[in-house]
Amino acid sequence: MSAQIMLNVERLTKTYAAPGGPLTVLKEVSFELGAGETLAIVGPSGSGKTTLLGLCAGLDRPSGGEVMLAGVPIAGLDEDARARVRNENVGFVFQNFQLVPTLTAIENVLVPLELRGEGGQEAETEAAALLGRVGLGERCDHYPLQLSGGEQQRVALARAFMNRPGILFCDEPTGNLDDDTAAAMVDLIFGINRERNTTLVLVTHNLELARRCGRILRLKGGAVVSDERTQPAKVHA
Amino acid sequence: MRFILSMAWRDSRASRRRLVLFSLSIVLGIAALVSIGSFSTNLRRAVDDQAKTLLGADLLVVGREDFSPEVRAFVSERAIEQAEEQTFSSMAVFPGAEDGTRLVQVRAMEGRFPFYGVFETFPADAPERLRAGGDVAIVEQTLLRQFGVGVGDTVRLGQTTFTVVGELLAIPGESAAIALLAPRVFIPLATLEATGLVVPGQELLLRHRLLFTLPETVNPLEVERNLRASFPVEQLSVDTVDERRRELGRALERIEAFLSLVGFIALFLGAVGVASAMHVYVRQKINTVAVLRCIGSSARQSFAIYLVQGLALGFSGAVLGAALGIAVQLVLPALLEGVLPVTVSFFVAWGAVAEGLIAGIVISLLFTFLPLLAVRRVSPLVALRASHVEGMGPDPWRILIGIGIAAAVVTFAIVQTGEVDIGLGFAGMLFLGFALLAALARGVAFAARRWTPRRMPYVLRQGIANLHRPNNRTVLLLLSLGLGTFLILTLYLTRTTLLREIQTTDEGGRPNLLMFDVQDDQIEELVRLAAAEGAPVTRRAAIVTMRVAALRGQPVEELVGPGRGRGRGGDGRGPAGWTLRREYRSTYRGELTPTERLIEGDFIGQAPAGDPVVPISIERGLQEDMGVQIGDEITWDVQGVLIRSRVASVREVEWRQLEPNFFVVFPEGVLEGAPQFHVAAMRAESPAESARVQRVAVSAFPNITAIDLTLVMQTIDGILSKVSFVIEFMALFTVATGIIVLAGSVMTGRYQRIRETVLLRTLGATKRQLTRIQLVEYAILGLLAALMGCGLAVVGNGLLAWYVFDLPPVAPGGLLATAVLSVVAVTLTTGLLSSRGITNHPPLEVLRQET
Repeated sequence: MSAQIMLNVERLTKTYAAPGGPLTVLKEVSFELGAGETLAIVGPSGSGKTTLLGLCAGLDRPSGGEVMLAGVPIAGLDEDARARVRNENVGFVFQNFQLVPTLTAIENVLVPLELRGEGGQEAETEAAALLGRVGLGERCDHYPLQLSGGEQQRVALARAFMNRPGILFCDEPTGNLDDDTAAAMVDLIFGINRERNTTLVLVTHNLELARRCGRILRLKGGAVVSDERTQPAKVHA
Repeated sequence: MRFILSMAWRDSRASRRRLVLFSLSIVLGIAALVSIGSFSTNLRRAVDDQAKTLLGADLLVVGREDFSPEVRAFVSERAIEQAEEQTFSSMAVFPGAEDGTRLVQVRAMEGRFPFYGVFETFPADAPERLRAGGDVAIVEQTLLRQFGVGVGDTVRLGQTTFTVVGELLAIPGESAAIALLAPRVFIPLATLEATGLVVPGQELLLRHRLLFTLPETVNPLEVERNLRASFPVEQLSVDTVDERRRELGRALERIEAFLSLVGFIALFLGAVGVASAMHVYVRQKINTVAVLRCIGSSARQSFAIYLVQGLALGFSGAVLGAALGIAVQLVLPALLEGVLPVTVSFFVAWGAVAEGLIAGIVISLLFTFLPLLAVRRVSPLVALRASHVEGMGPDPWRILIGIGIAAAVVTFAIVQTGEVDIGLGFAGMLFLGFALLAALARGVAFAARRWTPRRMPYVLRQGIANLHRPNNRTVLLLLSLGLGTFLILTLYLTRTTLLREIQTTDEGGRPNLLMFDVQDDQIEELVRLAAAEGAPVTRRAAIVTMRVAALRGQPVEELVGPGRGRGRGGDGRGPAGWTLRREYRSTYRGELTPTERLIEGDFIGQAPAGDPVVPISIERGLQEDMGVQIGDEITWDVQGVLIRSRVASVREVEWRQLEPNFFVVFPEGVLEGAPQFHVAAMRAESPAESARVQRVAVSAFPNITAIDLTLVMQTIDGILSKVSFVIEFMALFTVATGIIVLAGSVMTGRYQRIRETVLLRTLGATKRQLTRIQLVEYAILGLLAALMGCGLAVVGNGLLAWYVFDLPPVAPGGLLATAVLSVVAVTLTTGLLSSRGITNHPPLEVLRQET
């Protein structure tokens, strides 16, 4: 384990108001993750996986507990402050890719840097290099509609690494891909992750994929039922 | 900032066409405002530039009697140049057109009038030939055309036959619309006596006019004051260039305000269209916003991206609108040709353009702000879970923007009308109208959701379902098309109501031909002639001219002195000036006529013997304006003889009937010996018969004047069509905006429609079925909008008819049916044209977007 703690989750709770009374979807979840570590969150549907991911990434506010992301306590921050933290430290890969349909592949990849006001020739070169790294060097100017699902997910991956995040959150990154494409995608995620020493948090149903992570956190009914360290499977970079 | 601009630009890629279409919604409203504002500026400049031509002279003095030597001397001492004119109505006979007759305004003129501006004739030297004297005439061009005669032909006025030396095109200070009421015939003043039309002592409707120029050092207003002070009893009316300009200015302001408000309705409607389109647009962008938020964009940045798009949309709409407005302004002078007394030349009035631009940008900004506010509250969690709904508490910004919109509308209305009360009233009516239409539309949507029979064929059910499901256009379309239909149809209905009333006047054997100025020795012969021609005189009345000499014992001179006698009467401020100054044409008879109703006092038909105070009956309006009560005494100056009278009764008179009606009726036994003439009403069964009777009567008695109901109808129709054309033109902006909003909303919902269509096709729907579903939806929307517009128009026309024209309203079924069908046809065509191609989309394209 690395000395630097990238993500520290303390007694994290999320409760929603529901017609039948408050509904707690996450109960006092705690764990910490060092730089370069990889964590898979698994569990049945409705167990709170995506909620936990969202809270860890600062996409939502917890009802109780605290999240320290890259040393910054984010639970008490307002939405814009959390957005800044995300922009500086976080990369995302979603199940449904979530590319901006009106932007080309390279423009999609550039957005995180442009948001910081760091666009320009250098950024474009880097974006093109990243797209080359995921095998889409020739498709820079294609729109999402002109790309296959696997290609779109690779653009999303390039975008996720563009701002050199300390931590990468992946929500079912292979959920919409066929087996071969999914395998290639997983190799890319883990490969680049290792190259850049990025912390990885992965939500998945796929146990085989989960086993490629250093740790597996099992959730059930919003609570952690096990926190298992694994021997990560070999990565085909 | 750079990121925001470039992101706004990139993000708009796929939707630029749509955004341009949104912006088109406000284009026509702005075009209307710019064209009207710009035209008004041009018009005002024309009025200023051509101010002196508004009168053609520096000063105009008008009198009912020939000017006294003192008045003439007063004018001659001050004038540089002067001209004189005597004007009255008479019958013109065109021998070259089988003795066709027409009531005209005779203008017997002497002197080099106009002193400013051009007396436009064809050929151009006609005014010179008129001034040279002889039996020559310049005749209104439209009149010559009507009778198929021209220069070189003849026209008979009274006993003189004049050679037409020119066609009148225009004369300074008079609008060509005058020709609709009474076409003008100019003759030399020296030839007037020989016509025999002006019998001394019986110059009924004769007006004497003196027109003159003054040295530049002399203030016309000063001369006017001196003239009024020096000759208080002459009852002269004086007109100066400044007065003309002021009067014209006031009239123009009213027209401008009215047209601008119509334009503003179009802009407001367009803005509602923009807001609605933006609302849908923003909803489609929520996912993009959520992704941007995930990767670190702040709420302000995401909001700014779409605000930039909204601003660009408003700006481009405003610029397009302003450009179109300038182009439309080129058309307006042609539309208003003949109505205006000045020649309007074209220039771009940048002030008006700027005003239109600002109005457009402010309105579109405020209206796009409202839907854009939602962008600030998009949660990044939406990227993870599409179904995530953020708890939306009350947004203070929404309230602020709502107040901003209300304030902008009210401010605009007040600025346009120039009066706080009217502006507030207009804005209030606008909100009320919109609220009413919107409520009705929501009611329709609700009813469609609630009461669509389940057994209805699928195609119908689906079409009806489109009225209430998400992204429906029910409210928007019913608002825009309904309002447009309402405006245009109200105009048509009002016109029909007015014309129908005149037609009714022509029914039931009522008189439709009225002959005036019949002399004492002519009346019996005229009655005989008319009977022989098959149009017997049904009613006749003797007319005695008189003036008010004293009211309740107080001489008129005291009552109409400077600053007095100008009240409206009956309000404690004294009698209205007109009631004391005018020349009364009164009659005497023993009973009421069918067009009169006694409302106060007793009608006395016979003058009581030995009573020096004659009991008279007066008309209600006169009673109110003069401020007299039953028993009040009025002394009359009957051509030099003073007669005391007391108000014995008050009558309500139905003036609309073409019958001899009077303000003042004397009893029999008083006025029989006074100099008098007669008016005779008769009925002709056809226009040809009417023309024949007029021809025979005028050739036997050239001095008499005939008013033909057919002519009155044509005149009113002519004026109404001119006015309504201008209003219809403006209302078209509203309708066209409705069509654009319709097209825009169809395009907005296009993507959703494509997905639906693809699904339906995947499930086995044929292209025919898909088209039918659309047809049903648009037909229902068009029908509802048309019915709503028709309903409102019927109510509007009813209110106008009852409260403004005092007539029973008319709403012909044929006209309403045509309106409904037209609106449905327009809606169907626009709807189908804007959604064409939707059924042709390959399912794969949509499915790929879904993956």
